[in-house]
Amino acid sequence: MNIVHMKINGMPVEIEAGSNILAAAKKVHVNIPALCYHPDLPAWAACGLCVVKQENSPKLLRACATPVQENLSIITHDAELYQIRKTVIEMIMSTHPNTCLTCGRNGTCELQRFAAEFGVREQPYEVRLVDLPQDTSTTSIVLDPTKCIKCGRCVQVCQQMQGVYALEFIGRGDQTIMSPAACLPLNDSPCIKCGQCSAHCPVGAIFEKDETRTFVRAVSDPDKHVVVQIAPAVRVALGEAFNLPAGTITTGKIYAALRRLGVAKVFDTNFSADLTIMEEGTELVKRLTTGKGAIPQITSCCPAWTDYMEKFYPDMIPNFSTAKSPMMMQGAVTKTYYAEKAGVDPARIYSVAIMPCTAKKFEISRDDNMQASGFADVDLVLTTREFARLIKASGIDFLKLTDEEADSPIGAYAGAGTIFGNTGGVMEAALRTAYNLITGEDMADVNIEAVRGMEGVRSGEVDINGMKLRVAVAHGMANVGTLLDEIREARDSGKEPPYHFIEVMACRGGCIAGGGQPYATTDEVRAQRIAGLYTDDEKSETRCSHQNPEIQQIYKEYLGEPLSEKAHQLLHTTYHERKIYKK
Amino acid sequence: MSIMKEENIFSKELIAFIEEWKEKPGNLIMVLHRVQEEFGFISRESADKVALMLDMPLATIYGVLSFYHFFKMVKPGEHNIQICLGTACYLKGGDALVDELTNLLGIELGGVTEDGKFSLEGVRCVGCCGLAPVISIGGEVFGKVTKDQLPGIISKYN
Repeated sequence: MNIVHMKINGMPVEIEAGSNILAAAKKVHVNIPALCYHPDLPAWAACGLCVVKQENSPKLLRACATPVQENLSIITHDAELYQIRKTVIEMIMSTHPNTCLTCGRNGTCELQRFAAEFGVREQPYEVRLVDLPQDTSTTSIVLDPTKCIKCGRCVQVCQQMQGVYALEFIGRGDQTIMSPAACLPLNDSPCIKCGQCSAHCPVGAIFEKDETRTFVRAVSDPDKHVVVQIAPAVRVALGEAFNLPAGTITTGKIYAALRRLGVAKVFDTNFSADLTIMEEGTELVKRLTTGKGAIPQITSCCPAWTDYMEKFYPDMIPNFSTAKSPMMMQGAVTKTYYAEKAGVDPARIYSVAIMPCTAKKFEISRDDNMQASGFADVDLVLTTREFARLIKASGIDFLKLTDEEADSPIGAYAGAGTIFGNTGGVMEAALRTAYNLITGEDMADVNIEAVRGMEGVRSGEVDINGMKLRVAVAHGMANVGTLLDEIREARDSGKEPPYHFIEVMACRGGCIAGGGQPYATTDEVRAQRIAGLYTDDEKSETRCSHQNPEIQQIYKEYLGEPLSEKAHQLLHTTYHERKIYKK
Repeated sequence: MSIMKEENIFSKELIAFIEEWKEKPGNLIMVLHRVQEEFGFISRESADKVALMLDMPLATIYGVLSFYHFFKMVKPGEHNIQICLGTACYLKGGDALVDELTNLLGIELGGVTEDGKFSLEGVRCVGCCGLAPVISIGGEVFGKVTKDQLPGIISKYN
């Protein structure tokens, strides 16, 4: 590692070569404001807010795009830079509507924060707004071009991190907009609804479709029996909205908050993550031992990923696990198994899912298989961000709540279920149960370090009683291409598949950094949330899905065995090629 | 429909050109130039075809198409009327010519008449400032144009 010695405001800094000045300043606890820069993305130098001075030079440098150099001496703050930055903010505001109170980012907007910190009290420049309508074509996210400050984060996320290319800079100069090709509605574009654009947008130009009011109406409707499930990743991120450190596990408080919100039953998606493992694990073992079905088997829990595969790699649909996502499985057993057991008319059940993800809003109506119970298996999806707002608006003092438990019979979970929320977790959970299915015994050590970590693509070999299982994990949609091309090539040339089992999650780090999670997600935050889930796993009484007593119960009382006819009807689905552009 | 289809068939020469440029860096602009040369504009169908042939996201192509004014995404009229709005022509009343032509043809700048006969385009300096204000129709240049002359000029092409 090459170390560079430099100075920030006279303070010596040692930093790895190749870092930028923003990172160097951070080392001595100096924050340089920036609107277009995001640590997930390459520097773009669009906003001009991060300008700094080099000592003894009249030149202004952009801290985001300037790499550190030996002996560089940088001034980050002085009267002149203060004025320049204030002017930059005022100029951005001259093309930004003054509608903070009704904005989806009120209170979390980065521009609003800087305007407040710099004490902007007037708009000295003529205001020129873009006159374009909101794009509400998808069920997941809303694009509001009037709010766009043209920082370019969304385009970069969509292209570089996700490899989707739904968004692009269209037009030039002050006429530039972030839009799909040919100014098509987002829903007709390749958009996979992952919502990473909304998670990275510094302002209110892209945000999740807010459905909190629908929830409030549902719980106050006496004819509705509202049941809620919460996803694994929500429990380690929601706390951030209440100033807890990232990764703090708040499962018990979430259950309690939901009861205070007036829901009839509180269930957990972790239960059906265990159910997914039973189905998907059995499916994998069946493919491996009978030779029937395409190898590698690829996970299908992530709706953004399945959408991507259907659009960009439809020839690999046979490789998809037919198992539905945990959310959809939970919905299906809620309106059948639970309804029967509790004696509630499924027509009255209103099934809500709290998810870290915007694509989940799309998934509930992706095709007819999502109504396996005869009704919409999941009626409403709220993201973690919406859920946090709901708790606050309902006057619930979240941090003071006493921990509660989830309801039976579809609320208990094993550690395997909880790690579904992070990259490598589905793989690890599946391997724990696959080992048991193949050998009839449980793993001595269920911590499978080989599949953990943050590299975009990881691969390894797992030994199950002499059976060498080649596995790979990819996260961040743009990383999946190389893996799929490798598989495709082996298939087309008649070679042995390079892998047996592959896990894919669309978002970097997995669901813990989903498009619906609290803002300001960086790799540091990702690591904390992932650590939170592994802690939850380690603290669980049972670590493997097949050991979950409620899972054993549902098979005994209702489903029979994994891949049974009933399981197929409720818990499995099919995939179909979709056009990359609908029009 | 049959006419539409024919319009979007790439000639052998165009396909050969794209194949030749396929692997070269900076190929997109070269290819788009060539497509526009062939069709007079770049339709959505043409853009789709280029995306497929170059194995490039459609969004990238539209990013470039919409950046350069040179590229047209709407089929121009049979006679494309270019009104110079460069500094000299503008000062000499180019904008008044725009108003008058907008009135006469019932279309805005960038529009095409319903019968597909005329389109209006504002352009920057066409290189004959001494003749300002200038309009150009299909390569024919009209200098020192006044509002009153416009109906006569248009009738030549009707």
